[in-house]
Formats: sequence, C-alpha cells, structure tokens
Amino acid sequence: MQLATGAGGPESDVPLVALSGACVHFGAVRALDGVSLTISPGECVGLIGHNGAGKSTAVNVINGGLTPTSGSVQYTLADGTVGTGAAFARACGIRSVFQELSLCPNLTVMENLRVPHRDLTGFGWRKTAAGRISRALDEIFPDHRIEPGMTVGDLTLAERQMVEIAAGFAEGATPARLVILDEPTSSLDAAIARQLLQHVRRFCANGGAVIFISHMLGEVFEVATRIDVMKDGKIIASKPASDFTPQSLINAMGHVAKEKAEAGSAVESGQRIGGEVLRTTEGLTARKGEIVGLAGLAGHGQAEALARFFMSRSGGLRQVKEPEVAFVAGDRGRDGVMPLWSILRNLTLTHLPSLVRHGLVVSAAERKLGADWKERIGIRTDNLENLILSLSGGNQQKVLFARALASTAPIVVMDDPMRGVDVGTKQEAYEMIRWEAGRGRTFLWYSTETDEVCQCDRVFVFRNGRISAELTGSDINEENILAASFEMQGDGA
Amino acid sequence: MSSRYRILLPVLSLAVLLAAVFYLQPRAMSYFGLNLLFNLAIPIALATIAQMMVIMVNDIDLSIGTFVSFVACVTATFLNEAPLLGAAILLASILAYAAIGALIHLRQLPAIVVTLGMSFVWGGLAVLLLPSPGGTSPAWIRAVMTVKPPLVPMAVVACLLIAGLTHLLIMRSATGTLLRAVGGNAQAVARSGWSVTGLKAGAYALAGFFGVLSGICLVGLTTSADANIALRYTLLSIAGVILGGGEFTGGRVSPVGAVIGALTLALAGSFLSFMRLSPDWQIGAQGAILILVLAVRLLFSRHGKKWRVANNG
Repeated sequence: MQLATGAGGPESDVPLVALSGACVHFGAVRALDGVSLTISPGECVGLIGHNGAGKSTAVNVINGGLTPTSGSVQYTLADGTVGTGAAFARACGIRSVFQELSLCPNLTVMENLRVPHRDLTGFGWRKTAAGRISRALDEIFPDHRIEPGMTVGDLTLAERQMVEIAAGFAEGATPARLVILDEPTSSLDAAIARQLLQHVRRFCANGGAVIFISHMLGEVFEVATRIDVMKDGKIIASKPASDFTPQSLINAMGHVAKEKAEAGSAVESGQRIGGEVLRTTEGLTARKGEIVGLAGLAGHGQAEALARFFMSRSGGLRQVKEPEVAFVAGDRGRDGVMPLWSILRNLTLTHLPSLVRHGLVVSAAERKLGADWKERIGIRTDNLENLILSLSGGNQQKVLFARALASTAPIVVMDDPMRGVDVGTKQEAYEMIRWEAGRGRTFLWYSTETDEVCQCDRVFVFRNGRISAELTGSDINEENILAASFEMQGDGA
Repeated sequence: MSSRYRILLPVLSLAVLLAAVFYLQPRAMSYFGLNLLFNLAIPIALATIAQMMVIMVNDIDLSIGTFVSFVACVTATFLNEAPLLGAAILLASILAYAAIGALIHLRQLPAIVVTLGMSFVWGGLAVLLLPSPGGTSPAWIRAVMTVKPPLVPMAVVACLLIAGLTHLLIMRSATGTLLRAVGGNAQAVARSGWSVTGLKAGAYALAGFFGVLSGICLVGLTTSADANIALRYTLLSIAGVILGGGEFTGGRVSPVGAVIGALTLALAGSFLSFMRLSPDWQIGAQGAILILVLAVRLLFSRHGKKWRVANNG
C-alpha cells in the first residue's frame, strides 16, 4: 500500500519552503540569526546542532508556528501558488512531529487525528480517521499492534511516538509533502527506528521532503541527502551528507575554547579536593571540595538525576536546622523565586531555621545576613525590602545563589543556574563557586553551556538518562563532551 | 484497558445502592416508586453534565448551583409572565457563561476564583428576582415534567435521553472530540491552528446551556422557585462527575458516567432516609459513600497499573 505524497515529479526544482534571512529575537536573545534555506521535494535534510543552536526555533518558523522578526518564509503549494503564514503552511502539506509528545492522552488513537486534520467532521468521521491512521501505521511500522480505538494514555511511550509519526505521514485533505521529524527515534527501539528510516527514504523517493533532527548521527547519515549544521542561530555548514564524516560533523558543531578551560579549574585543585561525599545509584560521584559537572544534550536525564539526589537527601518530614544539600534553581520562575516576596525574604529562605528564636524570626539577624550577602555578591539594589521582581534576571539569580550559599549545606546542587544570565554576572558567579569550593563545599552543576562545564573538575556526560562518559582534567573539552552526547552510530547501525 | 472499564464502577455502585433501596423498601420497585426516587435526579443530572463540560477543559465551576437557582427564578417569573423576555434573559446568561470561559482562558485566570466570584453575582441576581420563595412554573414545563410514558417512568426516560444525547455530543461527534482534546493537551490543539479560546468559550456555553435546562426542569418539578433552591448542586455536580469516572484534569470525562453519578448521589439521599437516618447526618453519609467509591476506584487503577507493568515486562 502506498501513501499519496501529492508532490508531483515535474516541479521538483521548485522549493516547498524557502527561508531567506529569517531572524527570530526573544528580547535580547537571538534564537535565529539570519537563516536562509530551501527545501525541495525529494530532499531529506538532516538538521543538527548543539543545545540552543536554534533548531527548534527554525522548525517552528518553517511550520508557520512562529513568525520571524525579520526575513521571510515562503511556501509553494502543489498548484504553484506562493504564500506565507501558518494557514499556507498547512495548505502546503507541512506536518510536524514534535519531540515532546503532542498527543492527547485522554483520546483514542483515531480521535487524536481529529486535532491536526480539520476536514474530519460530519457523519462517519471516525471511520475515515481510523482508516487513515491504520493505513499509515501499517505502511510505516508493518507489525505494530496498535488499534485505532485504543486510548493513547494506555499505550507505551514507543507506541505513542509511533502514532505521532504515523499521524504526521497519514493521508489527509492536504497530503503530507514536508514532514518535520524532531528527535523521532528518541523512544523507539532499534528495529522500529529502522522501519522509520526505511519509510523516510521511501517517502523522499516518491517526491516527499523530510527534515530530520536527531542526536544519533548514524541515523542522520543513513537518511539525509543534505546536512545543515546550526550554531548560535545560524546555519554554519550546509553540504550533501556524503561530504561529511561523523568527525567533521562534530568539529563543525563545536567551537573549541581550550585555553579558557585551562585557566580556572586546574588551580590548586590538588589540595582542594578531599574524600568522597556522595555516590548515587546511576554512578554519579563527588568528593569534598569538588566541582562536578553534568553535561550532555538538554533533557537527557541530568535534571532528573539532580532532583533524585536532592530529594534523597532532603524532603523529610522533620525540619532540619542544618540541611545536607542546598539547591540553586535554574528555572527561576518555576522553582526559585517567590514572586510576591522581598529580596531579603527570598534570600534568607533556606537559612531561616537558624534565624529563629522561640518560634519567631529574629528580624535583626535576618537583616544582618541580608546586608552581609548583598555586600559579598553585589546584589544591585538600594533596598533589600524591594520586591524580588524589581531585580534583573541576573541579580535574581544572585539572590538564589546567596540563598543556597548562606546555608551550611556541604553540597550545593545547581540545575542550569546561569540560564538567561548576562556575561558579567556569570563571571562573578564562577568566581564565587570556585571560592566556595576552596572552602570545602561540593558542587553538582548541570549546565547546558559547554564553556561552563569546562570550569569543572570532573564531568559526567548524560545520554538517554544514563551516564555515557566520565571526563576528568584535560579530557574535559568540547570535543569529548560532544562526542559523548551524540551517538556516533545509530542504535541499529 | 482501564479506560474501557472505567464506566463499570459507577454502574456497579448505582446497582448496589438500588438493590439496597429495593431491599429496604420493596414498594419502590414500581412505576410510581421509581419515578419518585429519580424525579429530583433529573435537574441534578443536568447540572452534573454542565459541570462536566467545564471539568472537561480542566477548569471547575463553583457557580453552577447559584446559576441553576438564578435560572429557576427567571423561569418562575419572567419565563412564565413574558416568555419572550424570559427566553432572552436565559440566552444572555448562556452567552455570559461563554464570555467567562473566554475571559478565563485569555487572561489565564484561575477558573476556581472567577466562578466563585460569579456565584455571588448569580446568587445576588436570583435574590433580586425573588426575595422570598414564590413564582409559578409555566404550564408547558409542568406538563412536560409530569408526562407519564407507558411502561417506564418519565424520570428514567429523561435520564436515558440526557445520557444518550450528551454521549453522542461529547464522545462521538467531531466537535466534542476537539473539546476533550483541549482538556487532554491544549498546547497540541493550539499548535494545530485551533482557537483554544473559542473552544473553551464553547465548552462554557454548553455548561450554561445545560445549567439553564437544569433550572427549568427543577421549576417544572417544584412548581415554584426560591433564590437558594439549588445551592447544593455545586458540590453535588462535582461529586457526580468524579463518581461517574471523570477526573479533574486531563479531559477524562464520561457523560453516561456523570448521569449515573448524579443518580447515585440522589439515590443515596433516599437510601439514607429509608435507613431512618436523621437528615442532619445525611450529608456526612453521602460524603462517606463518595469516599468509599473513590477508594475502590483508586484500588482498581493501582491494580491495573501493576498489571500493565507486569505485562510489558
């Protein structure tokens, strides 16, 4: 059985999508900085790059979900009409399969098709939907065991991903002509991933186009006709896949900042680091006074590993005066800042138990502690009684650092704490971390930025929720971290 | 697996309760007895369906009780004396519900706060309309509510109709599926180019519509109205949705279950009367029944999870 691809052969030199100089700015952040690319029928473009390189933003611009701040996106319909905007993207047959699951767990498999397929209305729509999804599943994953009437919430993670992929390729009112697959194989096993890759090749051979994003370089090499490498919101290399080797691809992704890494960390780390203070089941270890980095691509289990460790050492029912672990949040809004409280209140939160006498907070001691830390880490405010939200992001982060460091906890856990922090503050924070480590504190530091990880004494690289490499000393460099975060060979290869 | 058998537990709890009532009072097992038992369950079932519409999109409506009271007051006054004006008021109140839904989504307000506020608005309007109990039910409503179909009493027929029609609307139709999708994953719905604001407004409008039906039916049964006539519906309707297998989040609702839940709660009241329990204890006893059923459900779902894990190896 063959799915209609709709893209006719003759006009294959006309690109489906053409981006020219597309920029997307979120405030001061340039998520996309002048990207130009075209995708023509029959092409399979492998899009790769490190965290925050702008892949997801590029995808959202291509599928019409985001309107670029400047530059243009043009779609060419099957009948030759040219247009822009999200409606045109849909009419053009652009489908996206997102990395984070975008199915409704409360609906059945066929009911989920109703959300992207607007033409499924009226009497008998269920039958049409069931036919479309099971035909797509049959073609892509021949011996799947998914019934259209099953509730998505009852399926396994891999089955859900299969449904999502099948929905992306399923026939509809406008046939799929460009399917964007964002980490499609992240929860599929090797055999099923292989079926998908075969289907992608078939789809492209029949005149469809695919954008394939994956951290498994082996898979990218297997299907891509062209590979675009992104970094810092730009496409820095775009060549036929045959012109790349896995090594040259990794080199293209990274910028090597070796001298910088040497500068800070090696300093008297010999006498600073003492005996082992923690060891977790997944193999994370740290010694007294050590700065341990957690690296790898975002969402590969680093934050979860930190959270598991933190919860195992805290969160008991009893109030402790001297916590074992302190936590510095990276997502300030979600698990850091108390938005309605003053700077002072936010700062002294962890330390509060030791500021209490007869069940009441001693406000003089609280103020003294606040003033002390304001001095030490330079919080830029004239009055600590101001609301925390009156501070800039970087200064809010300093308050969170002070909150953790003011406690007596011997271990400090940091969950990507430099997110959205300006360069100056970062340098001050690095200084502070090194100084505190010198006094015998242990730091567990998850960061998505490689040059931060290079400040550490030891680095654990995570992939798919497991530690894939442990690097120490001069082995800590961008090349090694990238090599350990990306799988050189696809699972099935 | 679990979702397919979700409806079994509500059916079972209703059957057990019904059997207990028949055992205590065999005379209830008649055309007339059944009608008496389930008569007042019709407006509760409609209010529960209204509540379900809001819970379906991950919100909760704390104003449904006062809203039904307000509708009852409008029905007993305006709809009786000036039918056209009365109908216009009811229509406007449905639109107000839709507007509240849109507002809650657009401004990202907590529904619990907005609807709590609205409950005072509806309650105040009801008191303005009918400061003391009174009014008269329009004759046609009275006629509809007291109709005597052959073989099966009207209360049972009405409940079957409500369950069947809302099942078609919510579980089978394309629009209903989209509304449930909003509860399941609003982001995915928005990403496919739908207006979540519009869909939420639609869900709230449906809630308003069923609230209006509930108020009208209530007046048809009681023949007059009072500003506080349906205050307890707020909690009854929430309990009914949950009892019927629905969940507070995730768009997991069941219209058939909601009607069964409402019937169970109404029957629980009668059951406790037959047990000669003082009315003072009835609310507490109803709560105990609710906790019992939910505890059983929790046991089942835990067991189901274990079973699934074991099966997946």
